[in-house]
Amino acid sequence: MAALLGRSCRKLGFLSSGHGARRSVSTETGKSLNLYSAINQALHIALDSDPRSYVFGEDVGFGGVFRCTTGLAERFGKNRVFNTPLCEQGIVGFGIGLAAMGNRAIVEIQFADYIYPAFDQIVNEAAKFRYRSGNQFNCGGLTIRAPYGAVGHGGHYHSQSPEAFFCHVPGIKVVIPRSPREAKGLLLSCIRDPNPVVFFEPKWLYRQAVEEVPEHDYMIPLSEAEVIREGNDITLVGWGAQLTIMEQACLEAEKEGISCELIDLKTLLPWDKETVEASVKKTGRLLISHEAPITGGFGAEISATILERCFLKLEAPVTRVCGLDTPFPLVFEPFYMPTKNKILDAIKTTVNY
Amino acid sequence: MAVWFARSRNLVSSLRHNLCLSTILVKGDYSHHRPIVSTCQLSPTVFLSPYVSSLRHESTAVEKQPDLVQHSDEEDVLQELDFPGGNVGCTSEMKFIPESSSRRIPCYRVLDEDGRIIPNSDYFPVSEKLAVRMYEQMATLQVMDHFFYEAQRQGRISFYITSLGEEAINIASAAALSPEDIVLPQYREPGVLLWRGFTPEEFANQCFGNKADTGKGRQMPVHYGSNRHNYLTISSPIATQLPQAAGVGYSLKMEKKNACAVTFIGDGGTSEGDFHAGLNFAAVMEAPVVFLCRNNGWAISTHTSEQFRSDGIVVKGQAYGIRSIRVDGNDALAVYSAVRSAREMAVTEQRPVLIEAMTYRVGHHSTSDDSAKYRAADEIQHWKTSRNPVNRFKKWVDDNGWWSEEDESELRSNTRKQLLQAIQAAEKCDKQPLKELFNDVYDVKPKNLEEQELGLKELVERQPQDYPPGFHV
Repeated sequence: MAALLGRSCRKLGFLSSGHGARRSVSTETGKSLNLYSAINQALHIALDSDPRSYVFGEDVGFGGVFRCTTGLAERFGKNRVFNTPLCEQGIVGFGIGLAAMGNRAIVEIQFADYIYPAFDQIVNEAAKFRYRSGNQFNCGGLTIRAPYGAVGHGGHYHSQSPEAFFCHVPGIKVVIPRSPREAKGLLLSCIRDPNPVVFFEPKWLYRQAVEEVPEHDYMIPLSEAEVIREGNDITLVGWGAQLTIMEQACLEAEKEGISCELIDLKTLLPWDKETVEASVKKTGRLLISHEAPITGGFGAEISATILERCFLKLEAPVTRVCGLDTPFPLVFEPFYMPTKNKILDAIKTTVNY
Repeated sequence: MAVWFARSRNLVSSLRHNLCLSTILVKGDYSHHRPIVSTCQLSPTVFLSPYVSSLRHESTAVEKQPDLVQHSDEEDVLQELDFPGGNVGCTSEMKFIPESSSRRIPCYRVLDEDGRIIPNSDYFPVSEKLAVRMYEQMATLQVMDHFFYEAQRQGRISFYITSLGEEAINIASAAALSPEDIVLPQYREPGVLLWRGFTPEEFANQCFGNKADTGKGRQMPVHYGSNRHNYLTISSPIATQLPQAAGVGYSLKMEKKNACAVTFIGDGGTSEGDFHAGLNFAAVMEAPVVFLCRNNGWAISTHTSEQFRSDGIVVKGQAYGIRSIRVDGNDALAVYSAVRSAREMAVTEQRPVLIEAMTYRVGHHSTSDDSAKYRAADEIQHWKTSRNPVNRFKKWVDDNGWWSEEDESELRSNTRKQLLQAIQAAEKCDKQPLKELFNDVYDVKPKNLEEQELGLKELVERQPQDYPPGFHV
């Protein structure tokens, strides 16, 4: 697969802000790892800690097109870590069958752009498996991992952010990590959560993001958002790679005297409304940013909910800085993306409303 | 495989003319030494013309000529080529594999239409005890179907699907399995659950969605499921269970269980992508799965002639590297033997097996269907009477002296009574409590559902007239 060239070759030091509500794990030291190595570590730990767990998907045997599955087949054997035929509906369907028998099926979809053939299995089968059976059966051991998001040159079919489709499906969980340390802990939680989970990995960060990641087995809770930067004038909510961009905007806004509070949602379904609500009640302003197209994006759900809960506390309309309503373009990517300056503009407009 | 080109001069000249293939090389015509070139555009009218379809029939006819059927491998195989995927012989004779065999894959049967064992049949002998049980269950399934169908017609349940005409597939397949085999049904296989011990009361409870329904009233009638009976809960989407069965089978293999996955599908369902996914995965993963296709001729109103152009389903097995058999689905002994063998192969050889059971859907697709609108009444009648699998098996059981008319009337009247009581009890039974609307979406109720439950409770208490009665908060 193409090397991650792109906007900047500088490795991004990771969102290491020292404020606010934090898990104790983020103060621990560890090895300096990039995102795919952190995910790889999580998978090693998952397979090691549960002999009834499996990792499979296209090309995972040799390590995967993004190297997330390196070393797994050699260590755990080809019965537990294996390539599948090129068929997403088969991959997820097979995974549901394994999970229904009490195994942990950690399934890889090579790019989130190709998840759609599996949409029927995810929505009609996995999400409803427990409910429709009266809890006689479940496929909670299913975790679907997929690289998502812009990569600089991915175009229509290597850049998509399809999270909104899945956030509309009761019965599954949707989780998106922002960094290597977060990814390892969140992925282990997803794998061990007794519900089917879709885990989108920001492919832009696979090599670009480097962070200290504790080497031991740890889990970061699902459905708990994190305030990664405290502030008083405006709340920003995002997930995944977009948080890096948003943090840059927050730093620049601070130079102009605007104090920004930045929240990593982490779990989009079910999402932590309480943390966002408490923040907006404090700041009175909300900005949501995601790469996915603005119309029908998950930002709309957050906006509607916060409006219902915080209307009288709002000083300005909720604003969304998102991708344009177009298929993800190739040469026009820099124009399509919700950039730092677009966010900064929106921060200023909201604060000056 | 041989590339086939018509020897008929007429055909070749018409091809040359109509398809612009002016330089067709005819076998034996080596003096020309011209390569085959199809540089000219094929005119769309040629493709759509009826002439093309007659060409197709002609090529099949040509194939029947004996001197064209076999060719000596030694003559044609000039050398072996190694490509990824293994060595393959090559041949300079250009032959296309015909789109169909001259002969359809024959159907395995043991009992003739009069219920007599065909001489020299291969089959697993069935004891009196087993045979009587099989017959009783086939008859019970028939009675049960009639009762629940009527209950829907009377407005007592909202929906029902019968398995009329497919009793042999339902019961004989179940009888051939072990209770540890995991069943992933489509929706016309309640007989498998019946065989395993699901009671008339349990069937009725699910159809009424009452408090006793282990499915907790969440799905339409006939969407049974029972973990006690290793029968996964039915879902309406077609064929989704097939790749899941591959995963289930793989799990059984890894756990070294003496069991396999058994999954059912109709003729229509084999057109779904999940059929391809399921068979391919099961083959590649070497999973112990028995795929049982009930080819009953109809997918709602769509006849098999509108479903595929292959010789049914059985020929698709080999395309996936899967051993397959076509069986007379209305012959209980044949179905029993085929499923038993398939199961044994699946478990001992750790491989998938495909069975195509030929049958006929005597009833409507469901209570929402009126098949008289698209099928001839005499066709239905023919299969209901002279080709009836229950009667056919009954004759065999009768002839062995294992069943009498007294047994028959006693069984039918007891079953009717039992079903009547089951339906009446299920109808009177309490409804599910309202909390079951919100449970089991996840293992633990998330905050948004806790809030919605509180909100709904308050609403129902405030405006009970807006809601159906009997659902206790």
